[in-house]
Amino acid sequence: MTELLVKNACVIDPLRGINAETMDIAILDGKIVEEVSDAAEVIDARGMLTLPGGVDSHTHICGTKVNFGRYMSPEDMRAGRTPRRGPLHATSGYSVPTTYGNSYRYSVMGYTTLLEGAMAPLEARHTHEEFIYTPLQDTMANVLFDGNWGIMEAIRDGDTKRVAAIIAWTLRAVKGFAIKLTNPGGTEAWQWGKNVSCIRDPVPYFEVTPAEIIRSIVEANELLGLPHSVHLHCNNLGTPGNYSCTLGSLGLIPDLNEKRQTLYAAHVQFHAYGGSDWKDFCSKSEPIARFVDMRPQIVMDMGQVMFGRTTTMTADGPMEFNLYRLHHEKWSNHDVELETGSGIIPVIYRRKNLVNSIMWAIGLELALLTKSPWQCLLTTDNPNGAPFVKYPEIIGLLMSKKYRDAEFATIHPDTEARVPLPAIERELDWYEIAVMTRAGQAKALGIQDLGKGHLGPDADADVAIYPLRMDEVDPSVDYQKVIDAFSRTEYTIKRGRVVARRGECLVDGSNATFWVRPKVSENYDMGKDPDFIEKFDRYYTVRMRNYPVQEEYLNRNRCIETEARI
Amino acid sequence: MIVKDAVCPFCGCLCDDIEVEVEDDRVVAVTNACELGTTKFMGEKRLKNPILRYGDEWKDITYDTAIRYAADMLLSAERPLLYGWSGTHGEAQCVGVHMAELVRGVIDNTSSVCHGPSILAIQEVGHPGCTLGVVKNRADLVIYWGSNPIDAHPRHLSRYTRYAEGFFLENAFRDRKVIVVDVRKTETANIADEFVRIKPGGDYAVLSALRAIVQGKTDTIPRTVAGVTREQLVRVANLCKSAKFGAVYFGLGLTMTPGKYKNIRNAIELVSELSRHTKFTISAMRGHYNVYGSNEVNTWMTGYPFGIDFSRGIAFYNPGETTAVDILARKECDAALIVGSDPAAHFPRKCLEHLADIPVVQLDPYPNATTAFCNVQIPVAVTGIDAEGTAYRMDGVPIRTRRVLSTDYLSDREVLSRMYALMQEAQER
Repeated sequence: MTELLVKNACVIDPLRGINAETMDIAILDGKIVEEVSDAAEVIDARGMLTLPGGVDSHTHICGTKVNFGRYMSPEDMRAGRTPRRGPLHATSGYSVPTTYGNSYRYSVMGYTTLLEGAMAPLEARHTHEEFIYTPLQDTMANVLFDGNWGIMEAIRDGDTKRVAAIIAWTLRAVKGFAIKLTNPGGTEAWQWGKNVSCIRDPVPYFEVTPAEIIRSIVEANELLGLPHSVHLHCNNLGTPGNYSCTLGSLGLIPDLNEKRQTLYAAHVQFHAYGGSDWKDFCSKSEPIARFVDMRPQIVMDMGQVMFGRTTTMTADGPMEFNLYRLHHEKWSNHDVELETGSGIIPVIYRRKNLVNSIMWAIGLELALLTKSPWQCLLTTDNPNGAPFVKYPEIIGLLMSKKYRDAEFATIHPDTEARVPLPAIERELDWYEIAVMTRAGQAKALGIQDLGKGHLGPDADADVAIYPLRMDEVDPSVDYQKVIDAFSRTEYTIKRGRVVARRGECLVDGSNATFWVRPKVSENYDMGKDPDFIEKFDRYYTVRMRNYPVQEEYLNRNRCIETEARI
Repeated sequence: MIVKDAVCPFCGCLCDDIEVEVEDDRVVAVTNACELGTTKFMGEKRLKNPILRYGDEWKDITYDTAIRYAADMLLSAERPLLYGWSGTHGEAQCVGVHMAELVRGVIDNTSSVCHGPSILAIQEVGHPGCTLGVVKNRADLVIYWGSNPIDAHPRHLSRYTRYAEGFFLENAFRDRKVIVVDVRKTETANIADEFVRIKPGGDYAVLSALRAIVQGKTDTIPRTVAGVTREQLVRVANLCKSAKFGAVYFGLGLTMTPGKYKNIRNAIELVSELSRHTKFTISAMRGHYNVYGSNEVNTWMTGYPFGIDFSRGIAFYNPGETTAVDILARKECDAALIVGSDPAAHFPRKCLEHLADIPVVQLDPYPNATTAFCNVQIPVAVTGIDAEGTAYRMDGVPIRTRRVLSTDYLSDREVLSRMYALMQEAQER
């Protein structure tokens, strides 16, 4: 029995409506409890800002394409390295750190739960192997279904229940958490070197449209009763004028779930572009934010871009190829049979570049123009917009008009005519930041009932204590103090144990992997479906029996069983 | 008993459809595997227990003694080398990285003497590739360049290319063209639709010529390039451009011949160029069944695929300096742990001379050429036969190998974990 008492914490806990109350947090064996005995170890938080552990609902940290980003980039590995020290292993990498690098750096910033945004089912075992070496955060993975042959055939046949059944079988087989659609239909078209331009283009051969894929899978998601909604990377990422495609995609979504959104739109910054080409490229954050304001069924994340070097990586292979033709940097692509694909290129976002400056502004605008912070979460689509270590700076920018103006003065001078940012006065408060970095993310992922994103009794004792007193810091002026505090917790507590203190990780932990097992009726068990089995045997290069990820790849895992309506 | 869907631990094809018949803890029959795989499954004479060199003799020792010997050797070394790793499972490779980190050693795998140059090229220009099933289902053009799968990867042709069924090909055998590029007429060249014979050392020039033709600069091409006629080059370029899906597979004939990593870079850039016209991919024909896994493990744990030097605490990578051959040739390392490879069969003489001078421990089920250089050899279970574990196919698809036999041999992971535990204890003291 281990007991810990955090005293005098100034707590913001949005899921419980707590806003800056000074209180004690009692922890017993890794869980939050009402009280502990006098024997408990005591941490005096001395009025410091105390939040539930950070949750990143969209990041790329583990798996085939992330590792290929490292593999092809020794220059990035050299750009961030630390030696083995105490219980800690050596780390390498700046924009795509090694697994230990990700884990330690996230932990120092107070993050305790991470969702890997894109896992190809065929290569899921790789993601789980890397999760094992991401010791200080609980992890879960979105599974890619954007170009799944069986699903596209079922959609073509109008059989949504079969779509759900294939998803159920696959999630269970690959120990995945949620459904990810990346450029739905486009990744399949890309295996012929083609793409779809938006939601009405048919996918070659399969003759279904992205709109049909999105609608059908959204419905299947609810048939399966999954904790998270469909997680969508819209078609047509990164092109001028794509905001209309984004609005069209979001417009497909009915409100089907009382507890959470029906669609999670990822990295919307990359999908909020106006103009007809790069010459008249401009921000369309306003129509997007207004649209989302009116639709509680949509939650988005920012996908903020920050200036500097990073690595872009996505299942959206055709988009990466287009980016390669713009940047002429090195380019990797990896198509995955019957399922999806991925692409990687390194990029530098430059202040002196007009397009990059506009992109930087759009992300901030989305967060500032969307009324509810529950509907616009803070991410960079790590590492696509920037490495996650930039989050504190983004928090600073969102909380301080002064900081934004100072930064704005350093970017491309023509930006002002293309974006609404300079006219936006809003400064987010501490509570809103807490929503955007943990509470909102946990709610969107549907894991608050599993004890994530809040500090209520029986929650996982994941706590971040930041070295900052709200009554002493005016974030609109002292933004540097805000950045410093969010860069380095005083204490990060993970499952009741102090894992990081003042920038130093203290222990080698072990995580838990969350995955979903929808219970479907016998008739919808694809493991017994002759047609599914036959196609699998003929067209995959891995035997069906060797495909599922074995229990050996899961640490202390938490299987979420859902009652499917099929 | 018949074990179905067993995974063959021989080459990078990592075929997972093998049927192994076992009687009395012995493999008696193997179905679906090629000759190479069958031979591996049927087994050779394994070492029964760890052995220690004692003068000119070998002495039997216990696992405990052998593991202690290895741990002490690594702990007392100033510049230990931990080499091999391609012939073992990922879980063991992970322990190896932790060990190298702990003793501030150099960890390197066999890619430094096979596809290391391919990795260097990828680090310069990237890698447009795909899984093998994408090629199987779509490719109407396959090019084998400097590789001879009939000998080295016998089922590559039947599972993934020439003789494989493909979803988008009505009659795959007829509709799929195969081009072989090599310096000699190999077995694989005999089954090709087009054979391009290059003069030794001419690959770079031929690749450059093809790039020029694809870019529309045919008039700059001389009458022959490295022995290949302009007509044939134009024909090959046209086949590539008119294919719906083309796939290049290259082997050591491109990687380890004059030009080395520049050859691979040129080939990748040709594929990137072709990607502007049609769909094209390129991939390396990786040799050992889990050499790619070793690159993957090293990369997520240290940031680099091979040749990692921990002597300064951080992971440091500089192929040509921090790779096994160089460390041995410079007589730098003062102890070596060899796992899942046979350097004595492949390394230059100068390296072996040094290997003979330093303490060497090898984990390997069988006596091999490296045994002659060992102070201690520890027999282990064979991954895919009597040990389970993760292996990464040549295209990056990870598969868990099955155990088809149960024996008393410890796996590489078990032996290394015990070694690592002893080393951690010693460090803490």
